[in-house]
Amino acid sequence: MAPPPFSTFLDAHAGEVRRFLVATVGPQEADDCAQETFIAALRAYPGLRDGSDLRAWVLTIARRKAIDAARAAARRPVPVAEPDPGPAPPAPAVGGAGLWRAVRGLPPRQRAAVALRYACDLTYADVGRAMGCSEEAARRSAFEGVRRLREVWDGS
Amino acid sequence: MDRDLERALREAAASPGDPDALRAAVAGRAEREGLLDVAYDELDSPLGTLVAAATPRGLVMLAYAEDDDDPLALVARRVSPRVLRAPGRLDPVRRELDAYFAGRLRRFETPVDWTPVRGFARRVLQRTAAIPFGRTATYAEVAAAAGSPRAHRAAGNALGANLIPIVVPCHRVLRSGGSLGGYTGGLDRKRLLLALERGED
Repeated sequence: MAPPPFSTFLDAHAGEVRRFLVATVGPQEADDCAQETFIAALRAYPGLRDGSDLRAWVLTIARRKAIDAARAAARRPVPVAEPDPGPAPPAPAVGGAGLWRAVRGLPPRQRAAVALRYACDLTYADVGRAMGCSEEAARRSAFEGVRRLREVWDGS
Repeated sequence: MDRDLERALREAAASPGDPDALRAAVAGRAEREGLLDVAYDELDSPLGTLVAAATPRGLVMLAYAEDDDDPLALVARRVSPRVLRAPGRLDPVRRELDAYFAGRLRRFETPVDWTPVRGFARRVLQRTAAIPFGRTATYAEVAAAAGSPRAHRAAGNALGANLIPIVVPCHRVLRSGGSLGGYTGGLDRKRLLLALERGED
């Protein structure tokens, strides 16, 4: 069985890839990152094994692209030189954008697990498949992530 | 509290973006990077919506959209799964088909990619492509021209599996005796195409 036409695959997964990327890299970077994700997927597409889990596969690519984007952003020079204030006290996360900004402050695995679980609405088994870890490990990462978020979230 | 937080997380990520823009951007880059194995688009025609697909070599499929459950799945299997909507590559075909249906074009110049069809079937279809506008041939004649005079049934099968009706004019092949035989898109469409080529409306 060949994989479905790439256009069908893209239509089926564009929404959740974008939601995942909005959560992990932010709305500004999400479009570029989604494009990078689907170009990488297109490159590898004919070599996919039969019966591959396409959703887990494309979200794995998106996760790598999100990590690349975060590294690139970290390398970019900061426009204003400020003395390093040390670890900032967590600011209250106000509103949806603020909440996802707080998610982007989580360690990478927690961030990915929270995004896959809550932005993409995956089961923990699927979160595990997309992260290359067990269902239990995925559940733990998401749980830890939510616990941290609760500390900074003001409930709005 | 956690329920509220989970709900807020879900709502915050529900940013739909623009799927059309993503599709177009991916298709454009795929074309530039040599990854667009099959470009497709939908075309309007008097016979209903057509789905046209082209490789870099040429037109590889033309399907009646209403009939086929998923013509692109067929192309994905037979040619390549790297299939994306990219209207630009189909522009020459679109122009020729419009001119054909308007009665202004008698011979398609658009290149055809024959790679998915092999052997006798390919020879049958290539012979069929050479039948002039407004003329017809019989299954037996096409079989003979393709090198196997007695294989008119196999010729019929090859024509029935024609991936590019209209442009490879399988509608111009009839039974000996003049009855219509079969047609990929149904006999009504075959009648319409033959009438159009006779100059009837």
